[in-house]
Amino acid sequence: MSNFMKVEFAAKSENESFARTTVAAFIAQLDPTVEELTEIKTVVSEAVTNAIIHGYEENEEGTVLIECELKDQDISLTIRDFGNGIEDVDEAIQPMYTSKPELERSGMGFTIMENFMDHFEIESIPNHGTTVTLRKKFLNNQSAYN
Amino acid sequence: MALSLTYDFEQKQDVLLVRLTGELDHHEAEQLKNDWQSYLQNGMTKHVVVNLENLHFMDSSGLGVFLGRYKEVKEIGGEMVICSINYDVQRLFELSGLFKIIDAADNEAAALARLGVTL
Repeated sequence: MSNFMKVEFAAKSENESFARTTVAAFIAQLDPTVEELTEIKTVVSEAVTNAIIHGYEENEEGTVLIECELKDQDISLTIRDFGNGIEDVDEAIQPMYTSKPELERSGMGFTIMENFMDHFEIESIPNHGTTVTLRKKFLNNQSAYN
Repeated sequence: MALSLTYDFEQKQDVLLVRLTGELDHHEAEQLKNDWQSYLQNGMTKHVVVNLENLHFMDSSGLGVFLGRYKEVKEIGGEMVICSINYDVQRLFELSGLFKIIDAADNEAAALARLGVTL
């Protein structure tokens, strides 16, 4: 089984719930557990929020692109923005690190992505944007389809 | 849209009781923070109980809001107790280490009792 979807939307905070709900609807075909579904929704929410707050500094003219690929029980997600990029990725992924403490950011976004997914990777080019790639294998399936 | 966040505040003696329903993300965080802060500054509040029974989704933006209010409650010499937390939200609290500083109770009555509110 393989499937693919791609969605691009304005970098508005209203679209954070749209993004996670859309991805959740797409991966529902893998029959995930409630816990797996929550993990996916959470990481999408984290990555999209990062794009909006850090990538575009809340400039709503930017766009966020999500691609999701399913292959058997493997899900691969990329969340991409075309904004500021991250100068120091190693610093950004440290737990509790935030470049915007004044906005009450907890600095836990990347830590959550690392914990909830099997694989996590960031590619960022200053002034060009950031791509977060996330992968996970769903374990619960009863699928013996071939 | 049914996905958004709603909340209400109730004063129980010197405890501000906050009940959250729905989904707490970055989009919802700012308004919640502003409303919550205005209640903290009402002169009657020392402690806070947050009931998360009907909070169905939260991301790290929510952690930021709780941590921010926790610091403000501490500044006025109070305590913050979180109650009725569900499994998904609990995982985020554990991951972030927030349980090391914020107290958790099984339900609203237990949380209020811990802060000396007699019902």
